[in-house]
Amino acid sequence: MKNFIKSFIFIFLFIVFFTGKAFSEEKKKLLNPDWSFKGYFGKFDRASLQRGYHVYTEVCASCHSMKYLSYRNLAEEGGPEFSDEQAKAIAANFDVTDGPNEDGDMFTRTARLSDRFANPYENDKQAMASNGGAYPPDMSVLVKARSGGADYIYSLLLGYENPPSNVILDEGVYYNKHMYGNMIRMPDPLSDDLIQYNDGTKATKEQMAKDVTAFLAWAAEPHLEARHKIGFKVIIYLIIITLLTYLSMKRIWSRIESKI
Amino acid sequence: MSDQKKPKRRDFLFTASYALGAVGVGAAVWPFVDQMNPDRSVKALSSTEVDVSAVEPGKSITVLWRGKPVFIKRRTQTEISEARSVKMDDLKHPEKDEDRAKNPEWLVMLGVCTHLGCVPLGDKGDYNGWFCPCHGSHYDSSGRIRKGPAPTNLEVPKYEFINNNTIKIG
Amino acid sequence: MSDHNYVPSSKLGKWFNDRLPLLSLSAHLREYPTPKNLNYWWTFGGILTFCLIAQIITGIVLGMHYVAHADLAFDSVEHIMRDVNYGWLIRYVHANGASMFFLAVYIHIFRSLYYGSYKSPREVIWIIGMIIYLLMMMTAFMGYVLPWGQMSFWGATVITNLFSAVPFIGESITNWLWGGYAVDNPTLTRFFSLHYLLPFLILGLVILHIWALHVPGNNNPVGIELKKPSKDTVPFHPYIVIKDLFALLLFLIVFAFFVFYSPNILGHSDNYIEANPMVTPAHIVPEWYLLPFYAILRSVPDKLLGVVAMFASIFILVILPWLDTSKVKSAVFRPLYKQFYWILVIDVVLLGYMGAMPAEGTYLLIARVATAYYFIHFLIILPILGKKEKTLPIPLSITEPVLGGSIKPGMVKKKEMYN
Repeated sequence: MKNFIKSFIFIFLFIVFFTGKAFSEEKKKLLNPDWSFKGYFGKFDRASLQRGYHVYTEVCASCHSMKYLSYRNLAEEGGPEFSDEQAKAIAANFDVTDGPNEDGDMFTRTARLSDRFANPYENDKQAMASNGGAYPPDMSVLVKARSGGADYIYSLLLGYENPPSNVILDEGVYYNKHMYGNMIRMPDPLSDDLIQYNDGTKATKEQMAKDVTAFLAWAAEPHLEARHKIGFKVIIYLIIITLLTYLSMKRIWSRIESKI
Repeated sequence: MSDQKKPKRRDFLFTASYALGAVGVGAAVWPFVDQMNPDRSVKALSSTEVDVSAVEPGKSITVLWRGKPVFIKRRTQTEISEARSVKMDDLKHPEKDEDRAKNPEWLVMLGVCTHLGCVPLGDKGDYNGWFCPCHGSHYDSSGRIRKGPAPTNLEVPKYEFINNNTIKIG
Repeated sequence: MSDHNYVPSSKLGKWFNDRLPLLSLSAHLREYPTPKNLNYWWTFGGILTFCLIAQIITGIVLGMHYVAHADLAFDSVEHIMRDVNYGWLIRYVHANGASMFFLAVYIHIFRSLYYGSYKSPREVIWIIGMIIYLLMMMTAFMGYVLPWGQMSFWGATVITNLFSAVPFIGESITNWLWGGYAVDNPTLTRFFSLHYLLPFLILGLVILHIWALHVPGNNNPVGIELKKPSKDTVPFHPYIVIKDLFALLLFLIVFAFFVFYSPNILGHSDNYIEANPMVTPAHIVPEWYLLPFYAILRSVPDKLLGVVAMFASIFILVILPWLDTSKVKSAVFRPLYKQFYWILVIDVVLLGYMGAMPAEGTYLLIARVATAYYFIHFLIILPILGKKEKTLPIPLSITEPVLGGSIKPGMVKKKEMYN
């Protein structure tokens, strides 16, 4: 029995450790800030998410879509938790295409809570054409779509630097020490005081990078808090019922004279 | 080894295990049942806004709300007086027109026959209202059942005028 | 089936049972004599049955919301994760459940390898098991394509392209598989259909697998055949039921940690990028449970021979009962085989690790050595060992090894140890 548990833990740890390592590449070590949502009891910081949304809207949304998010998500629990009125007001800032109407025409109207986030471009080809052939990726699940997750996004945002002397960059290409291949088509998007936060927090580059990354982490995993909460209950329950089952098993097996 | 614990203690362990197990199974089953309930995107579309500025008196439009047709009729004075003068005793499902149309000029109701769900046809039937071709139910100018197998009047959903030209349904 | 003369206690029960002997079946399963010395490595059969049913239930429920169309698949998965009530939970259970399913099946297979459960008279159980394993891999492969991420698309492209290695008709076969000239919507829709179908074939084979098992009965850690029932066996219910339940709960705790706290760690981040036929990911990797075969495939420089080697590595397992010539079943009494067993385990793990690495340089060299060793183990070492190995004396009954004393086959011990 002891051997079994030892072996099981070994296999478990092995899988976790080695699968993590198997996909890491020889990159510069990522920055590793204290994310409030990491760990077994991780939660999102509402204020940070709200600031992050602000950064997304003013800095990123002109090129990057978030097509799987709806304005109502901004008011749902587990996220930035804007009030319903705030979320409606946010939505009202954007226009969406609807229709066809009775005349058969498409028309624009202001966005409602039930609408998806407005796209900066009509389609992917337009997005590429407007950005020198490079497609600005949709950010709905970007944090899950990159090895390194939130740490990677954060490090990348702060990872712009002058290229080493032996590297010549083409027009419209920038050097980033964390980008895969070190070449990136996006110019450094953040700089100190680029926007002004509503809650008075100083909008340093690091602060904006942290807030927008937290926002993107929520956007990719909107049910993270529920998942952690339910997970805790499930595992405690399983431990208790496993104990009860173990005791029942011992009781039952004690009926036979000797167990090999 | 010991073979006979006091029955009370043995039963308690097993009873407690079964009980806790049943709780666990129930909790595990719930998500599988709940996933079939309307999801968040469906619930978000549970209300819709309709621009009625183009609807002339005596005319009606049909819009889609929660996947079902909704009749929006702008009634003429004649139709309103007719609807209001009906005696409650004549109705299978007594309802006052005033209660069905707070703003008497506008009638908003689900275009779903309360018999078996077909869509009734407007400006038809013996009561100057709607007629359901499936099994012959007749509704009057207030959408109330007058003749035929339908048990209740056409349903009036929750709605309000958010401005002079727009009705929000749901 | 054994010939109980089971009579149901109620009249209704008797009436029904006379027409469809389900109650007799139930009685057989409850009373089924199981060796009492089974250790926890024997609990994985029950765990696997749970995994199969869990995957089927979560899969059917996901199928209520998933849309199998190239333009909508990725969207529909996000819809499940965001909007469907508990959709995120059901999806993560299904995705991680596949990994847990394979973890359990590898432990189950390696248990058989250690204790000789594949040997006579259990060869058919083993062969059915291998077919189940093959169907599992096909099911998992097709299931991974369904979210239509970058890994879904490119993994499908790489593996289906293998069939083009078949001489003369290879390209036709591949186009036939694809339903086109590349992996595209027709491929996705047919994979969805087959992914839904295969688990039910697996379910049928599992029933045959258990039926075939119930003829000779379970093997046991000592590897000697027991008379059933006897002092050495216990009725399946409640002894084995409770033990299997306990092991299952421990397994579920591990499962829960993945689902609730690291749901994406066994996956690949590239699969959260929508499939793009114009852009190939830097490293195409299958899910972890297919990595050893991937390593074997890439070890061989020739395309066709690589495919042959990959299929051979599975086929060789099918004929294992005839490759291993030892009359002694359990590695407990085969000291030399035991050592080669553990080397095989390391070899397979190494192959898995290499499967995740780029197929170049030292990685490729190690993969080639590990591939060669894998075939050497089965084709050369096992047949020789069976003939040459000096095995330890086998006990006469399962109680003997515990009570100790000098064990010589044929020596009469205390009466109660005999069946």
